[in-house]
Amino acid sequence: MKTAARLGMVLCGHCAALWKDVQAHDRCGRCGARLHPRKPDSLSRTWALVIAACIMYLPANLLPVMITASFPREEQQDTIMSGIIYFWTSGSWVLAVIVFIASFLVPLFKLAVMILLLVTAWRHSSWRLLERTRLYRIVELIGRWSMLDVFVVSLLAGLVQIQGFATVHAGPGIVAFAAVVVLTMFASMSFDPRLMWDTGAPEQEKPDE
Amino acid sequence: MAVPERVRQRDWIPSLIWLIPILAAIIGISLAVNTLIQRGPGITIVFSTAEGLEAGKTKVKYKEVDIGTVQSITLSEDRSQVLVSVQLKKEARSFTAADSRFWVVRPRIAGSGISGLSTLLFGSYIGADAGVSTDKADTFTGLEVPPIVTRDSSGKQYVLRATDIGSLDIGSPVYYRRIRVGQVTAFDLDEDGKGITLRIFVNAPYDKFVGINTRFWDASGFDMEVNASGFTLKAESLSTVVLGGLSFASPDDRSGPPANENTAFFLAESQARALEEDDGEPQMILLNFKQSVRGLAPGAEASFRGLVLGQVKSIGIEYDRKRKEFSMPVLVEVYPNRLGRKFAEDRKQSKYSPQERLNLMIKRGLSAQLRTGNFLTGQTYIAFDFHSGPVSIDKDARDMASADSSFLHLPTIPSSTDQLQMQVSEIALKLSKVPFDEIGRDLQQSLDVLKQTLESTGQLAEKLNDDVAPEMMAAMKDVRSTVNAVEHTLSVDAPLQQDLRETLQELARAAASLRILTDYFERHPESVIRGKRGNDR
Repeated sequence: MKTAARLGMVLCGHCAALWKDVQAHDRCGRCGARLHPRKPDSLSRTWALVIAACIMYLPANLLPVMITASFPREEQQDTIMSGIIYFWTSGSWVLAVIVFIASFLVPLFKLAVMILLLVTAWRHSSWRLLERTRLYRIVELIGRWSMLDVFVVSLLAGLVQIQGFATVHAGPGIVAFAAVVVLTMFASMSFDPRLMWDTGAPEQEKPDE
Repeated sequence: MAVPERVRQRDWIPSLIWLIPILAAIIGISLAVNTLIQRGPGITIVFSTAEGLEAGKTKVKYKEVDIGTVQSITLSEDRSQVLVSVQLKKEARSFTAADSRFWVVRPRIAGSGISGLSTLLFGSYIGADAGVSTDKADTFTGLEVPPIVTRDSSGKQYVLRATDIGSLDIGSPVYYRRIRVGQVTAFDLDEDGKGITLRIFVNAPYDKFVGINTRFWDASGFDMEVNASGFTLKAESLSTVVLGGLSFASPDDRSGPPANENTAFFLAESQARALEEDDGEPQMILLNFKQSVRGLAPGAEASFRGLVLGQVKSIGIEYDRKRKEFSMPVLVEVYPNRLGRKFAEDRKQSKYSPQERLNLMIKRGLSAQLRTGNFLTGQTYIAFDFHSGPVSIDKDARDMASADSSFLHLPTIPSSTDQLQMQVSEIALKLSKVPFDEIGRDLQQSLDVLKQTLESTGQLAEKLNDDVAPEMMAAMKDVRSTVNAVEHTLSVDAPLQQDLRETLQELARAAASLRILTDYFERHPESVIRGKRGNDR
């Protein structure tokens, strides 16, 4: 199979102009974007972002995300897990499941997928390339929705400010959670899926090409 | 195909990207370190019930400030208690002192008030009181009721010894001049069971009024006394009537130097009892009455010429085999110091024993007597006095005195009411000797004579009526006619009156003529000789 890289050609990532004989630090002659056959330092950058996201994932789950004070109850600090447990014990199982998946499983899944992709790409593994690519697409797709939690908390903190009856404050955990989401999004952005195919591509001969 | 632009650019991004995980690591580590530093000691509090406690939610509070959170609640192995593990904050490390106290704040309704109402809305919490001990502990036994006095409240604690608890309870107020200055914090039965030890706490700054001379008394309820001096009713305040309470004061307002913490005082039954002068050692005197002791009760006063010397401690009854009669031994507690300073000094210097000294006084007539103090209530008291003539101690009393030397013995004389009875009976005896029959007979005779006399008097009156009365009537008629005649003579139109008037007119005229004549003579005295001259006019 012919690939651009094998033919010594580079596609501009922005205007899709095809260039030949590109050296490092060259820029696209049409749109001025930097040209590189693969995203530069993709693996190490992604590694850095993923490690940072992993670190921030701990405080995101351990620190309270929301501090609520409503009239009969005293000030209450809720972490993500305590909120899920509260929903579960109070009977709102559907809500508990949704929050559990959206706020706990999805970031974890994203981190796990990113680590898996990084490890396999780093080891030039050709294992299940198609599935890995699909996973990467899913991660790209759901990445932005993970900010939902952050939006909910910041909306509540802005709206529910009835002094003496009910007040909601954002806890430090939501900052860490937002950091996890942002970092994983950057990580998936900085990851170049073509790296996966660079190693195992020759075997994947398609009959119609 | 065009050649792309060639721009040389320093490649520093890849190294910079590693700052992000480093930053994240720094943040993460700092958070972890922070929580580890903020994390105080963990303790376990043992309660009998976990009512109102919730793992992860219930706070531990000191002065309404959170110092920790309940982490978990578990049962003890024998299921008799509840183990509450608490994560304290770092600044609450002092609460691990071995003598720290923990209790659950729940709404409580007691006679002294309602507390912990806010916990109805916000849920129970664990109250804490930091200890001062340097020993640390990680397991504490929770108090079932909140302590009355926490360590941060300033004031002093005192110990009171009482014979019974009365209506006092933990939390009963302590009053000074009817101001609430403290409260009862604890009470306990003495180990021998013969008394009560109370602990009270007097708040600052009132603790300075507690001096070594201060007396405490039970101000609970009404202080009602019925004694020989009448009927007294006293109450400290309405709340003490309901809840009980203590009060203290110093005799003559001289409290002396301030009492130290945990000084022991005696708790008196009443204010009067508390503020009594120090009477020194009481002396027990045994009195044997051979009469009814009705109206005499333990606590009745024993007085010498009206001065209260002591009180009756007990009244008994004893059978005398030899004489085959009952006697009423009355034990009286007497404070000899009340008989004056000189007597007390004399008593100290005396070489005789108390009984001998008493015997000397008995020879001079000292004896005890039962007297009625209040005719309305029938209360009696014991009066000591020197009665005329020496009273000899009867032999039995002397025997008893030698037999039981722990009490002084004093002879008794019958009470004044008994004496009155005796006098009345004597009068009755004398009266019975009077020959009432003879007197009656004589009286009968006299009455007969009187009757005769009266009869003759009646006859006399009858005679007077028959004979004298008609004549009297005739005389009266004559008198009336005479009066009529006189009236007739003297009436306006009577001839006599007419004549008299005319006579008087004549006389007036005569008098006028005479006046003219005398005037004439005055002007013409010569006319007497020469006669009236005709041409004078």
